Amino acid sequence: MSDTNVNTQKYEPGTHPDLPPPFASTGPVKWIRDNLFSSATNTVVTVLALYFLYKIIPGIVDWAFTDATLWAEDRNDCREKGEGACWAFIPKRWQLFTFGFYPAGERWRVVLAFILLMVVLVALLWENCPARKTLVRASIAFPFVAAWLILGGFGLEKVATDQFGGFMLTVIIGVVGISLSLPLGILLALGRQSNLPIIKYACVGFIEFIRGVPLITLLFVASTMLSYFLPPGSNFNLLLRVLIMVTLFASAYMAEVIRGGLQAIPKGQIEAADGMGLKYWQSMRLIVLPQALKISIPGIVNTFIGLYKDSVLVLVIGLLDPLGIGQASLADTKWQGLSTEVYLFVAVFFFVSCFAMARYSLYLERKLDTGYKR
Amino acid sequence: MWVGVINTLLVAGAGIFLATVLGFILGVLRLSKNWLTNKLAHVYIEYIRNVPVLLHILLVHGILVHSLPKPKQAINVADSAFLTNRGFFMPKPQPEPLFWIVIALFIAGIIFAFLFRRWAQRVQDETGKTYPVFWIALGAILVVPFLAYFLLGSPINWETPALKGFNFRGGMVIRPEFVALWLALSLYTAAFIGEIVRAGILAVSKGQTEASLALGIPRSRTLNLVVIPQALRVIVPPLSSQYLNITKNSSLAIAIGYMDITATIGGISLNQTGREMECMLIVMGLYLTFSLIISSFMNWYNKRIALVER
Repeated sequence: MSDTNVNTQKYEPGTHPDLPPPFASTGPVKWIRDNLFSSATNTVVTVLALYFLYKIIPGIVDWAFTDATLWAEDRNDCREKGEGACWAFIPKRWQLFTFGFYPAGERWRVVLAFILLMVVLVALLWENCPARKTLVRASIAFPFVAAWLILGGFGLEKVATDQFGGFMLTVIIGVVGISLSLPLGILLALGRQSNLPIIKYACVGFIEFIRGVPLITLLFVASTMLSYFLPPGSNFNLLLRVLIMVTLFASAYMAEVIRGGLQAIPKGQIEAADGMGLKYWQSMRLIVLPQALKISIPGIVNTFIGLYKDSVLVLVIGLLDPLGIGQASLADTKWQGLSTEVYLFVAVFFFVSCFAMARYSLYLERKLDTGYKR
Repeated sequence: MWVGVINTLLVAGAGIFLATVLGFILGVLRLSKNWLTNKLAHVYIEYIRNVPVLLHILLVHGILVHSLPKPKQAINVADSAFLTNRGFFMPKPQPEPLFWIVIALFIAGIIFAFLFRRWAQRVQDETGKTYPVFWIALGAILVVPFLAYFLLGSPINWETPALKGFNFRGGMVIRPEFVALWLALSLYTAAFIGEIVRAGILAVSKGQTEASLALGIPRSRTLNLVVIPQALRVIVPPLSSQYLNITKNSSLAIAIGYMDITATIGGISLNQTGREMECMLIVMGLYLTFSLIISSFMNWYNKRIALVER
């Protein structure tokens, strides 16, 4: 060996210092090679994708940011100031988008309720939150406090529900729907597995009916014909009916998701719980549901996101959610023809909130993963 | 009333078709080893899934109506088709008697392809010899009728649309409402189907592919005979619920003024007669019927491809 490599220094076995890896097999170069140019087809695909991005991104950036206008009096003013998007309706109509027609003097109540909601959410969702236990206990009072703040009464000025609107309305429908549909869904799922035929078939019928019709028809039912089923003379407001319908709708889907989780629990678990002498509700609460709910977290959060997204449908029956406000803005001669901008703005709002929910579900899954998951 | 039913079925059927095709493409892109395409598909899926479908419908509709020209400045395609913001006007075919031969040939081609497939399957089972079934079937179904069409001297009269007053008259028209609803529903559902397809393909363990390759089965046949049949078992049940979702989401047509069941029976008829109860019951009954038909078909298909266990 020493004949061929005259210049190499000789080392005793085991004493050679570690050499850096070859340049092309580490760092960004290797990554680019492996992920973008690993084969001929791959290279072609990469080049095509880059070309596509090159064609599309500068146009979008110019339109949405560089040439866009944020401050202007109306649409024509916008067109004079820049070629791109006209975002000027956002600062002009920000209050409307957030609060709808909630009386201007009372809006601090909504803001306060929202801040309280954030505190409760942080306490419930963030494990290392300071003073978590107290806050979680206090959060039981939150629904009542928030309802008092938003609806008024007891010393505060009353606000009619038809003045609600904008993001506030979406958040109300979302929070109420989410927090009520989960327990209802659990009950329906348990009912579907029940041994008592009446309960079982009532649950099956309810779930299959709700899942078979579009939410929009149910909302029509809520707005036009719920009075058929109620005693004559009773008349309660549209928002409440919508909340009930949205909750029922989401709970049917929730029930199916949770049923999937329940079916994944081995029968031995229930038998063991029975063998320990636990009553039905005890075994469900202590043994079955914690496992079943853990498995069905992705599905549950998906249903939550679905419910949240479906809340825009209330615009069809005349409630003014952000999309409804947006359409009202489009009907205003000042902002006519800006449909792309208005819809994109509302889309961004939904994207941010739904994306956050999806990410939290991923985090929760990882946190609760005990390693037994298949 | 039947207009509404037909419109709903039309947009649901077309949506299911396009969403399935796009969804499978997205699923494959999402699994691609190429980082860039993978991430592009991911960004697309995340954006679509986190925004309400109604918003997509309105957005697509808004873009279509605003970006397409008025009838006077229509985009002219070969003097016979016109693209305007009132719709896409196309020549309308008016078949002559000879055209029925072409249609008969087309149906005969489908029957022939079906029988040929069974015959080829039997031959393969007995002798192991394989035929290019796909290409022969394609030839019988599409190429033969096409040849016949030209040999018979194109027996179709085209009624071209023409600009009269403020709009086009004659010919066929595809309304922007239909296109917007169709595109938005398909793009939206395709994102969900893409994730389902990805999960389905990932559920087939890698050993299956490796074993198949080790047996000397070529890559394309491995995909067809080993991976896809097993992935389908995972894919089909959630896929069928996505199909149901398309059908139900088509009721959002009311927001852009496409005349589907909800808009005709639940809107026009309800306003004219004032019978809310009956109208809403009919609407819900119709959707329930569609849902049950689709889900029973998908259950049948699911049973057919399911693993036969003892």
